[in-house]
Amino acid sequence: MNEQDKASSTTPAPEPGAHRWPLWEVFVRSNRGLSHVHAGSLHAPDASMALRNARDLYTRRNEGVSIWVVPADAIAASDPDAKGAFFESPQGKDYRHATYYTKSEGVKHL
Amino acid sequence: MAQNVQSGGVSTHEQSELDAAGAENFDAIIARDSRIEPRDWMPEAYRRSLVRQISQHAHSEIIGMQPEANWITRAPSLKRKSILMAKVQDEAGHGLYLYSAAETLGTSRDEMMDALVAGKARYSSIFNYPTPTWADMGAIGWMVDGAAICNQVPLCRASYGPYGRAMVRVCKEESFHQRQGFEILLELANGTPEQKEMAQDAVNRWYAPSLMMFGPPDDDSPNSKQSMAWNIKRFSNDELRSRFVGMMVEQVKVLGLTLPDTQIRFNEATKKWDHAPLDWEEFKEVLAGRGPCNAQRLERRRSAHEEGAWVREAATAYAEKQAAKNAQKVAA
Repeated sequence: MNEQDKASSTTPAPEPGAHRWPLWEVFVRSNRGLSHVHAGSLHAPDASMALRNARDLYTRRNEGVSIWVVPADAIAASDPDAKGAFFESPQGKDYRHATYYTKSEGVKHL
Repeated sequence: MAQNVQSGGVSTHEQSELDAAGAENFDAIIARDSRIEPRDWMPEAYRRSLVRQISQHAHSEIIGMQPEANWITRAPSLKRKSILMAKVQDEAGHGLYLYSAAETLGTSRDEMMDALVAGKARYSSIFNYPTPTWADMGAIGWMVDGAAICNQVPLCRASYGPYGRAMVRVCKEESFHQRQGFEILLELANGTPEQKEMAQDAVNRWYAPSLMMFGPPDDDSPNSKQSMAWNIKRFSNDELRSRFVGMMVEQVKVLGLTLPDTQIRFNEATKKWDHAPLDWEEFKEVLAGRGPCNAQRLERRRSAHEEGAWVREAATAYAEKQAAKNAQKVAA
């Protein structure tokens, strides 16, 4: 491989140590009727290569019937430190669970 | 997803308060044996220790493809060729799962790859031994993968979430590796006298190196203690090694072969399996790059990386061309 040819092409040579390809998060549906579940991540130049690589990497043993790949940059995540503030406290809200209602015990099909 | 806790625009005082709160939360998570996730605050030493361990583990899988790939063209049947190819493909997959896990700690894959081909990164000493006979494929599967399973099963519970999850995937696939190796040895051991001798010779050569895969003895293992305090490691090197010897000593009987160690016995006092002392000087020499195949393994990795450059370039160029085409379509 000629280094000169590479440098003169339209794309600039990638900086050493820089990510050459974007990171994709991979989600696999293991069976019809189930949700896609996060399986891992991989690098690929575009979505179609990401899908092919995900197939080879995460479904070598029939682990999936469908794959999603999502650019990792496109995922918005909640701040792990803001646990208390962000996730409303369930304390004092037992009435959101069926077990809160005890008077109907013994009543059939309820 | 590799994110560090953001510290931009925060004063030193505020940062130290954030660190104190982070440390308290980290310690509480470790104390209740829960899991640390990529965006959580973690001590720098924890992050460094994990990057070192996970990347070394990934490198071992990638370099580990070589001793077996060496036999794909000469495997004795189409069935054995297919099995060996599937196994080598698995090793590549395991390397990629692990690089992904390491990347969540903020170290890029290219940095890790560069360190490996530059000879700056370590990988398991075992892959620097040669594979001169077909029986070596059996011994690697049975003993090397067997030792790896002993090491890796407790790592499924490692305190760092992405590492544990990668190990669950790896362990599921490893058991096929060990069984196929055992089967190769069993067939050779029940074959001609020459075949049986070849199987015994391979077991003799791989026994000590596979015991050394568990790492140095506990009193000479600098990282073990901290690693166990952080719930990354669950059992000491000697503990796992002893368990492995106990399994091997039973399984070798089924093969009709012997282990090259006359000192194996169950120690009633310690409830552990004793074995003959290992040559730790040899271990250090191989780790330091002076094993039988170190130079060859690194050179092969380097040339594979360089020879594959055109594939990576072509894929990038194609992706760019497609993106430009799509942009034109949208504009039109």
